[in-house]
Amino acid sequence: MTPNQTDRIATQVINFLVLIVVLILFFLLGDIILSGFPHISWHFLTSPSSSFSAGGGIRDQLFNSLYLLVLTLIISFPLALGSAIYLSEYAGNNWRTGLIRTAIEVLSSLPSVVVGLFGYLLFVIEFHMGFSILSGAIALTFFNLPLLVRSIEGSLHAVPDSQREAGISLGLSNWRTIRGIILPAALPGILTGIILSAGRVFGEAAALIYTAGQSAPILNYSNWNPTDSSSFLNPMRPAETLAVHIWKVNTEGVTPDAVSISAGASAVLIIVILLFNFGARAIGNHMYKKMTGGK
Amino acid sequence: METYDLSQNHIVTPPEEIALSTNQLQVYYGSGSRASMTDASLSFPRFQITALIGASGSGKSTYLRSLNRMNDRIARIEGEIMYRGTNINSPKVNVYEVRKHIGMVFQKPNPFAKSISENITFALKAAGITNRQELNERVETSLKEAALWNEVKDDLNKSALALSGGQQQRLCIARALAMKPDILLLDEPASALDPISTTKLEVTLKELTKNYTIIIVTHNMQQASRISAYTAFFHLGHVIEYDQTEKIFQTPEIQATHDYVTGNFG
Amino acid sequence: MDDIQHKLTAPSKASREDVMGRIISYTCIAAIIILVISILYFITSRGVATFTANHVNLWQFLSGKEWNPGTLNASGQPQVGALPMIVTSFSVTILAALVATPFAIAVALFMTDIAPKNGAKFLQPVIELLVGIPSVVYGFIGLTVVVPFIRHLFGGTGSGILAGTIVLFVMVLPTITSLAVDALKAVPTYFRSASLALGATRFQTIYKVLLRAAMPRLLTAVIFGMARAFGEALAVQMVIGNAALMPHNLVTPTSTLTSQLTTNIGNTIMGTLPNNALWSLALILLLMSLVFNLLIRYIGKRGEIKS
Repeated sequence: MTPNQTDRIATQVINFLVLIVVLILFFLLGDIILSGFPHISWHFLTSPSSSFSAGGGIRDQLFNSLYLLVLTLIISFPLALGSAIYLSEYAGNNWRTGLIRTAIEVLSSLPSVVVGLFGYLLFVIEFHMGFSILSGAIALTFFNLPLLVRSIEGSLHAVPDSQREAGISLGLSNWRTIRGIILPAALPGILTGIILSAGRVFGEAAALIYTAGQSAPILNYSNWNPTDSSSFLNPMRPAETLAVHIWKVNTEGVTPDAVSISAGASAVLIIVILLFNFGARAIGNHMYKKMTGGK
Repeated sequence: METYDLSQNHIVTPPEEIALSTNQLQVYYGSGSRASMTDASLSFPRFQITALIGASGSGKSTYLRSLNRMNDRIARIEGEIMYRGTNINSPKVNVYEVRKHIGMVFQKPNPFAKSISENITFALKAAGITNRQELNERVETSLKEAALWNEVKDDLNKSALALSGGQQQRLCIARALAMKPDILLLDEPASALDPISTTKLEVTLKELTKNYTIIIVTHNMQQASRISAYTAFFHLGHVIEYDQTEKIFQTPEIQATHDYVTGNFG
Repeated sequence: MDDIQHKLTAPSKASREDVMGRIISYTCIAAIIILVISILYFITSRGVATFTANHVNLWQFLSGKEWNPGTLNASGQPQVGALPMIVTSFSVTILAALVATPFAIAVALFMTDIAPKNGAKFLQPVIELLVGIPSVVYGFIGLTVVVPFIRHLFGGTGSGILAGTIVLFVMVLPTITSLAVDALKAVPTYFRSASLALGATRFQTIYKVLLRAAMPRLLTAVIFGMARAFGEALAVQMVIGNAALMPHNLVTPTSTLTSQLTTNIGNTIMGTLPNNALWSLALILLLMSLVFNLLIRYIGKRGEIKS
């Protein structure tokens, strides 16, 4: 075989493999959308779930997912921001920084089920917090932190050093320079990172089944008192999320219409994550344009 | 490159009032023991422009950035920097105050990603000036001093990043002037600018000597001879010669200086 | 003059701000470090209880084939042989990586060298989207599409290593692909132009120059994918069958470390042997993720492209 023949065959092989992958992708997306969309209805989105009879909705699960996401971001964003500032602005180039980076890498490589089990052990059991939104949010924080730290650090790093010099040359403290100059300049990147991480948090289930729990008690959406046990805002109640719900109805096998519920719920999950992805891009671009004066 | 005797030097002390002086300044980068700047002892006259010239790597920028402690994070600096009777190269000194008195403008224009007026007011607000009227006044005065006012007075709320390079650099000067410093350090401020902007900048700098002491690093010898009263020639981390600009460019004492200013260098 | 001298030496608002900034950022990073240490500590201390408190022999734990923590075997020892889970976990991981790697590299080559324009425009966002699909969705599709299909072909329940492999293959494919794209992009363009200028065909360039230069990073990409597959819990749990039995072929129900954990940790009582044994499985997971991490670092360090 001449080199040219080999070349042609190799290219064909590669194209063939790519074609298969593309087919798989189409099948996946098609399957989720085609089998899921027919089940999405106003009724599906606004009625509570039912375990033993058909026709249940996902209202509480959807709300739980969003509420958990918000709580997780409230806990993880300040921590991640502070850590990212440390790494990008204060850390020297030495063994200590190396060790810290290794620790963060280890955290990011832990399987989410292990992180979830740790949350279960420490918060649900040792701290007697029980299966609760708060336990879940803390577990998700662990899972979310390394990614968030990395993306924020990247955005801070992308701000040129000349901006830092400009700040401190005016007699500003480093902290003031970081807060007033570097952070605003890094904001588009930071926001994009947060929204992308939100997508991951939204779809996560393994870290939640033993922290936020697998039950969705009936919620009272008119009770705004977070300390009341029936209030939808109560962070100490167990909360099954959308992703956990998909898992549960499929593994327990007691819900008669498990397949259609899962199909609908999967489609909702994917749509929300898609929205997050597009949103991240749109907001990033918009802010970038605004800051550079449209140039 | 011809090797010169680096210990041979000729350094005068200007008779004028001295705004800032250094005594045996040594700069070490990283953890190394080799000095990037050796025994620099210079005195800068008040309300004059002093130019620091020399080839790349001669240590002139390193020296300049040490004067307001901008090199603190990356270098170890020994020796004295005397300002108003205080050695400001001491760990006890409040570097933030030092930098308020000794401002700096950099090689590349580095305006903040904020509006033109915010670029100027940001550091003022941080320094505790909150009166709206005073802030507006400072914006106007500093922009006028930097000869930018007429070009931007209607666009004060526009992003500074939309300005041209020359305008950005003059905004950076205005930003530094708004802090009412004593001394202004300029690190090759014209190297990223076109000839017209450069001329404008030089005129502006000359105007500024009414109220400010200026120390400027430049690659451009014509520029040094056009605007400065005194010139220091740096070579391989040593100050070789420091005297009145005219003297440096016409009858230098040291061979290395002569070779450099006549273009017979390296 | 004295006033200025005083100002120059006295601490100001700026110095106080800086102290505060340091305290805030140091506290945050310390919190993360404490977190990592406590995760390692708690999982380890739980995980070793099987061997210290319940006196199970470590070797028997790793090599035993019977997993039935509630009962004792003929010699009075509890039946905690984790080998079936270990074997299954490694099987699905390695098989998924083996299947996914050629596809991932082909797609990456397509995006970087064969059709960079259309490839990147169309495939890039799709790959990104796929990375973001939650694992329960993959598990659900596995359960409703892959398992019935296997059942139809081979009989039985359809659950097992084959189903797990297929689901994991699709899951790790985007991960490996996007990292492989980075790996190929990191090879300087002049490597390619030099080879093509010498008269090499595109395939020769890809095979002899590109893949070799990018090899360490490609390996890292595959290991990243394997780490993800090894630690994946729910998607696998939904299709593997969850029977703690030694797998004899690819289509009988079995159980991975993660699936055993998720299925049973809620049904056991803290501090009892069945519970401790599950924490030991979690410890294996933890240690394996550390091993993957080390491997990635080791290869990464050796494989930096020098130019």
